[in-house]
Amino acid sequence: MRDKPLLDWAWVFDHLDDIGGRSLQHLQLALLAVAAGLAISMAVGIIVARRPRVAAVVIGVSGILYTIPSIAAFAALVPITGLSTLTALIPLTAYTQLILIRNIVAGLTGVAPEVLETADAMGYTPRARLLRIELPLAIPLIVAGLRVASVSTIGLVTVAAIIGDNFGGLGVFINDGLRNFFPTAVYVGAVMSVLLAVLVDVAFVLLERVATPWSRLPATVVETGGA
Amino acid sequence: MTSAIAPAPSGATPEGGSGRAATVEFVHVTKHFDSGARWSGTPGALNDLSLKVPAGRICVIVGPSGCGKTTSLKMVNRLIEPTSGQVLLDGVDIESRDVIDLRRSIGYVIQQTGLFPHQTVIENVAAVPRLLGWPAAKRSARSEELLALVGLDPAAYGTRYPAQLSGGERQRVGVARALAADPPIMLMDEPFGAVDPLVRERLQQEFLRLQRDLAKTILFVTHDVDEAIRLGDQVAVLERGGRLAQVGTPEEVLANPASDFVARFVGADRGLKRLSLVRVGQLRLREPATARVGEPATSVRDKVTGAFPYVLVVDDDGRPIGCADPDQLTGDGSVTASGLVPASPVLTPDTTLRDALSMLLTAQALAGVVVDAAGRATGVLTIDEIGDWFRMEAGRLRAGPSGTGMPAVG
Repeated sequence: MRDKPLLDWAWVFDHLDDIGGRSLQHLQLALLAVAAGLAISMAVGIIVARRPRVAAVVIGVSGILYTIPSIAAFAALVPITGLSTLTALIPLTAYTQLILIRNIVAGLTGVAPEVLETADAMGYTPRARLLRIELPLAIPLIVAGLRVASVSTIGLVTVAAIIGDNFGGLGVFINDGLRNFFPTAVYVGAVMSVLLAVLVDVAFVLLERVATPWSRLPATVVETGGA
Repeated sequence: MTSAIAPAPSGATPEGGSGRAATVEFVHVTKHFDSGARWSGTPGALNDLSLKVPAGRICVIVGPSGCGKTTSLKMVNRLIEPTSGQVLLDGVDIESRDVIDLRRSIGYVIQQTGLFPHQTVIENVAAVPRLLGWPAAKRSARSEELLALVGLDPAAYGTRYPAQLSGGERQRVGVARALAADPPIMLMDEPFGAVDPLVRERLQQEFLRLQRDLAKTILFVTHDVDEAIRLGDQVAVLERGGRLAQVGTPEEVLANPASDFVARFVGADRGLKRLSLVRVGQLRLREPATARVGEPATSVRDKVTGAFPYVLVVDDDGRPIGCADPDQLTGDGSVTASGLVPASPVLTPDTTLRDALSMLLTAQALAGVVVDAAGRATGVLTIDEIGDWFRMEAGRLRAGPSGTGMPAVG
């Protein structure tokens, strides 16, 4: 180990295609898990948001899911779902639920009661109220949840490499590096994973800005006559 | 206080809409919030409320907190359902109507505005038209029309978000939004409660100005007696436990409180409050002895009568210059502009008697000069005349108490 440099740049340049491909796979798997997680948590969150007790139970359960060690979760699913993408996807999706459900519920319950009351009083149907008032107003918290969920999922994808080379994205580099005492691969896997997380995080921040122009208003309010 | 004396609703329908209005009637409405508790214990409960609001009038529901005034309001658009009794709109039980349709035909304004923070002012105002499926062009045209109506420039305010508005501006948007689909009925729950007193008074005046044109049926909830008597054609006083203590015109409630509770609630200064309902122009004013500069003093002295023992000196256009003590107009000299007592306070026909009395007391004067729009003196008002008005009103109210709660004038 001592005779090898910490970073073997020649290896890095030789494997650019490989790095690109695994990064893409990594990103796909993470985003797929977050998308599936969002779909499930949206449905669950909308159902439980107005039922505080049920919401507490559901969030409790998703919290228990979250405590399952990820290596164990992947390994435990192999006998059931085999060496498939599903085996990687199920735990990754499950781990998003705690943060996503919690934030969706917080976003929906955080809408000011007088806003909901006037919406009802104006003749919004429950569906119109949800789609045009509650969900748009919950966007900042939902996006905050998506950011945390995406970043943590991108980190977790590396662990999925224990299932096999086809499912771990950049984790495969880390595994190989560990097994072969080749730190360059470990660093490449880690740095690229961090880079992906940062990129996705920035993308969500930009998305939120576009989607919620009202939440970032200029601090100066123009006073025109007070009334 | 510069607004003109309220004329009767014109029936004309300028920018506001069709001028439709509906009667609102509570028939033995009772609401218990906790089936186990007695009605008297739960705040917001109502006990056998019967109340009829004529079409096109403002009924102010006033009372201490927990008296059920907000509850009564929310029953009209079925945000709260009564335990027993009925609410009728134009004689039709609202239970028989589709709740969504019903709500879209009733404007709703609350103190916290409930504006949608993620929508621009234009979008907020167009909310109900959008629910009703109006085409986009008609919606935005209506929004702009309403913003102008409530005194907000659509070009400057239309694309702002509620967070970019002052409290008073938000209330204006809230009123515009409630008017958007031209509802025959408006429910307003302390709409001006959260703004500072100066803005509140302006909003109240503009609200009355709007209502003169729109002639909606308005149920208006407040805990502020002054607001109630200023805005109401009809005032309904609720007491804790949700019992209707009195209903009548502001004048009737102030002059003849139906119970100790009402008397206490409207306040020991209810006499002064009555004065705020009357304007100087509604009284028959005393004509003072007037003189122009240069007139012979002797002829002037003879005009002076007992009640206002001064001579009002005016210029060539009839505008007051000051008052002269007739005892000083001695000999056969002529009236001069010097040595006069300033003719203050100066009142206009629009001044309320309450303000007039206050001005007289502040100026330590027995009489104020009333001038018309051109500044010409038209008469004098003395403190005695304010007292006379009280005596006259007492006689009038004894002779013909209406008791129906119907406002005498619009």
